[in-house]
Amino acid sequence: MWGRLGWQAIPWEQPLPLAASAVVALALGAVLVWVVVKGHLPYVWHEWLSSVDHKRIGVMYIVLALLMLLRGFSDAVLMRAQQAVALNAPGFLPPEHFNQVFSAHGTMMIFFVAMPFMIGLMNYVVPLQLGVRDVAFPTLNSVGFWLTATGALLVNISLVVGEFARTGWLPYPPLSELTYSPGVGVDYYLWALQISGVGTLLSGINLVTTVLKVRAPGMQYLRMPMFCWTTLASNLLIVAAFPILTATLAMLLLDRYLGFHFFTNEAGGNMMMFMNLIWAWGHPEVYILILPAFGVFSEVISTFSHKPLFGYRSMVLATMAICILSFMVWLHHFFTMGAGADVNAIFGIATMVIAVPTGVKIFNWLFTMYGGRIVFATPILWSLAFMTTFVVGGMTGVLLAVPPADFVLHNSLFLVAHFHNMVIPGVLFGAFAGYTYWFPKAFGFRLHEGLGKAAFWCWVIGFYLAFMPLYGLGLMGMTRRMQHYDDPTWRPWLLVAAGGVALIAVGIALQVAQLVVSIRHRQALHDETGDPWNGRSLEWSTPSPPPLFNFAVLPDVEGEDAYWHIKQRAREQNQPRKEVDYRDIHMPRNSATGFICAFFATVMGFALIWHIWWLVAAAFVGAFATFVVFAWRDVHEHLIPAARVADIDREHRDRVASGGNPRSVALRPSA
Amino acid sequence: MTERRPAAAARPHMLLPAVTLLAGCQAAVLDPQGPVARAERTILLDSLAIMLAVVVPTIIATLAFAWWYRASNPKATRRPDWSFSGRIELVVWSIPLMVITLLGGVTWIASHQLDPRTPLASDTPPLDLQVVSLDWKWLFIYPGQQVAAVNRLVVPAGVPLRLTLTSASVMNTFFVPQLGSMIYTMNGMATTLHLMADHPGTFAGRSAHFSGDGFSDMHFQVHALPPAEFAEWAASTRSGSGTPLDDAAYLALSKPGVVDRPLDYARVASGLFDRILNQHLPPGPGPMPGPARHSSGRTGH
Repeated sequence: MWGRLGWQAIPWEQPLPLAASAVVALALGAVLVWVVVKGHLPYVWHEWLSSVDHKRIGVMYIVLALLMLLRGFSDAVLMRAQQAVALNAPGFLPPEHFNQVFSAHGTMMIFFVAMPFMIGLMNYVVPLQLGVRDVAFPTLNSVGFWLTATGALLVNISLVVGEFARTGWLPYPPLSELTYSPGVGVDYYLWALQISGVGTLLSGINLVTTVLKVRAPGMQYLRMPMFCWTTLASNLLIVAAFPILTATLAMLLLDRYLGFHFFTNEAGGNMMMFMNLIWAWGHPEVYILILPAFGVFSEVISTFSHKPLFGYRSMVLATMAICILSFMVWLHHFFTMGAGADVNAIFGIATMVIAVPTGVKIFNWLFTMYGGRIVFATPILWSLAFMTTFVVGGMTGVLLAVPPADFVLHNSLFLVAHFHNMVIPGVLFGAFAGYTYWFPKAFGFRLHEGLGKAAFWCWVIGFYLAFMPLYGLGLMGMTRRMQHYDDPTWRPWLLVAAGGVALIAVGIALQVAQLVVSIRHRQALHDETGDPWNGRSLEWSTPSPPPLFNFAVLPDVEGEDAYWHIKQRAREQNQPRKEVDYRDIHMPRNSATGFICAFFATVMGFALIWHIWWLVAAAFVGAFATFVVFAWRDVHEHLIPAARVADIDREHRDRVASGGNPRSVALRPSA
Repeated sequence: MTERRPAAAARPHMLLPAVTLLAGCQAAVLDPQGPVARAERTILLDSLAIMLAVVVPTIIATLAFAWWYRASNPKATRRPDWSFSGRIELVVWSIPLMVITLLGGVTWIASHQLDPRTPLASDTPPLDLQVVSLDWKWLFIYPGQQVAAVNRLVVPAGVPLRLTLTSASVMNTFFVPQLGSMIYTMNGMATTLHLMADHPGTFAGRSAHFSGDGFSDMHFQVHALPPAEFAEWAASTRSGSGTPLDDAAYLALSKPGVVDRPLDYARVASGLFDRILNQHLPPGPGPMPGPARHSSGRTGH
């Protein structure tokens, strides 16, 4: 009846995950009870769970990312604590737990922190920057988000029901094959990623179509803000790369469930094929994450320097060059597999070539600051920390791209230090910069600056303390994923790294405090005008938070930095904008399709993991029925009458007018 | 076959950044004990020096520009609309391009010189070694000497080593940081690696690729002995009381488990490595039911 599922699946002997999960379950239950008792359920259902508004979905993506960041970070704390004590000692985590912890850490951070954070920012910002009312496929967007949430949920369920993969964040066969990993851990990994991978692909298709087909009048390609360009590049990569991931994981699933031999030791299977395929997805994946962050930095550096982005067309070219080159370097992840010198050298050099457009970007940000009037708000602090730290990670990356150097550094802590040195300053700092920068747009009030800066310094110093020793440890010959070790000279550096993680923990606590304090003082931090930073692109021309329809009248774009020019012209002509001709607006109707589909997908994934075949069939029928119901829907849009649009828009204009225009001082060109 | 470059002397000025980073700790990779590791350290430090020449000025310029153009600096000249300069674009594309051209040349040459399959230049004929990674220990077979050892690699110093490697089950990486290049071991496939220890000494070796629950215990010692002592060791091991490594003994050894101390085998069934490589001996069985982590204490002495 219940397949392989039984009471033995609950890890009763492990107090740590059980207690942690109990706390999480209690917290979730409490929130749920509060929502129901206070009568917020209809609001939560209509405005959030079944919403197809790109802004709501973007916010939900980021909430998911922030929650999963806490989970992934607690895994990091466990690893650092274990290695701090495990010199010639078993430590407090036996190998079968430690191996799950580092596998879950990587999986969480890449798939359920970095990805949803970036997709959330793109979802929220891109339609606003393009000057339009929604994405190309709003319901698909909702389905994509909820399938991503399904994947995150399945990984977290593995904490209390069964186990997670013990194979590393990429389950290299034959270790991940049934022979060597007979448990459900790898199955949790595979189904979580198959389901969320579909969600990511849908989101990629949606955002590519949005940038290509849904733009305000006059928003030509070479007038789009840089963030839209990097969104386009990133989502093109998603569309091209995620099917490779799905196919690769499907082959491993066939091996595990139906006795196929794609990657097994026996019967002609070949693990090298898995490594080639997984990295054919895996290397573009890192650019999928970093490109949107590059976009965020471009927006932030330009805005807070009060200058246009330097070398805009050059930046576009560099972005698209990275987009293409990222598909041509995957082999550098396994130089030590024994390929010939020609192959290794060619892929090594191809990898270095990516450093050219990336270097161009760094220099162009540098010259964006040149001659600027830089205001050190939190977002640009994150950007400066990124620029100075990322070049170090880039340098060690090029070092690892030299095959003979990689021969002594591969899979060592030097490698671990390198990719954290790319992903934390690159992706995570970019995410935090974007979070702080666009927060007032989303919620109508700014985040507390003092706490934001305190969190920033903890993160940056904590990062250096946590990861610079890892470079040294790699040169000392320490490999990654060691549950215990016997070299006493490693210990002091591991203790420093643990101290760094503690400092990062303080940074995260300060970020939580920042959110709480900002919500409590939201009146004082209120953003009256919708343009708190004196921004340059169209999202700042709408109220904060924007109305459901984003723009009462679609803007007419006449050049780069569209909103900057609108503001400049208004100041030069010094006359109130003429009365606008408001029209009825059609907006997509809400749909619970995404939420219900994801519910069935969760049940189906869980049933597949535990071999409960009748439940698999039932959940599949449920998901398909949901889709059919949606397909038979006749009315897709609802109408917002022109009078209502006019009311909302006039109210905003009055507010801007009465709030005066303090920014006009900043607009004045300096002598 | 390319002639391997003679060991380049380490240039002290290039060591500087690494030395400051690692002051006071023993960095195995920066303390090479063989020609391969030495050449790789040279490549590593040269590449680092080439890149630091660009990276350090970039970091300084970033901080300097940000500080000078702060809003509160009355002396800074503002150019609020300046957003393009063809000359600067030419320079910013050229700098990384030139660095990469230089580094790419270094990479091409070094990749060929240090290809793990390239034999080392030496007057001494190489010693053949066969390496098998098991769950979770290392088996070293000496086909010429007809002996074998687990988790201990005894080699003659100053003699090139020709290693042929495979795996009995999952993937691992054979890595002795002070001797140089690592390489994967994979079931049903053989990889080749050439290494050499300059002088007698003891070096740590380990698996660098995660291979399951016993991974952290997959370390071993490399004992480089003077050639005469090595011959002595081989002879005494062969005539010793250690059990022979036949197919049955190998199958027992290939069960998952960690060995607490190194083992020696007095004789090795001929062609054992090839039978593992060709899967005539089946791949390792994977985890058994029950919590049996440590294999029963088998010793060769």
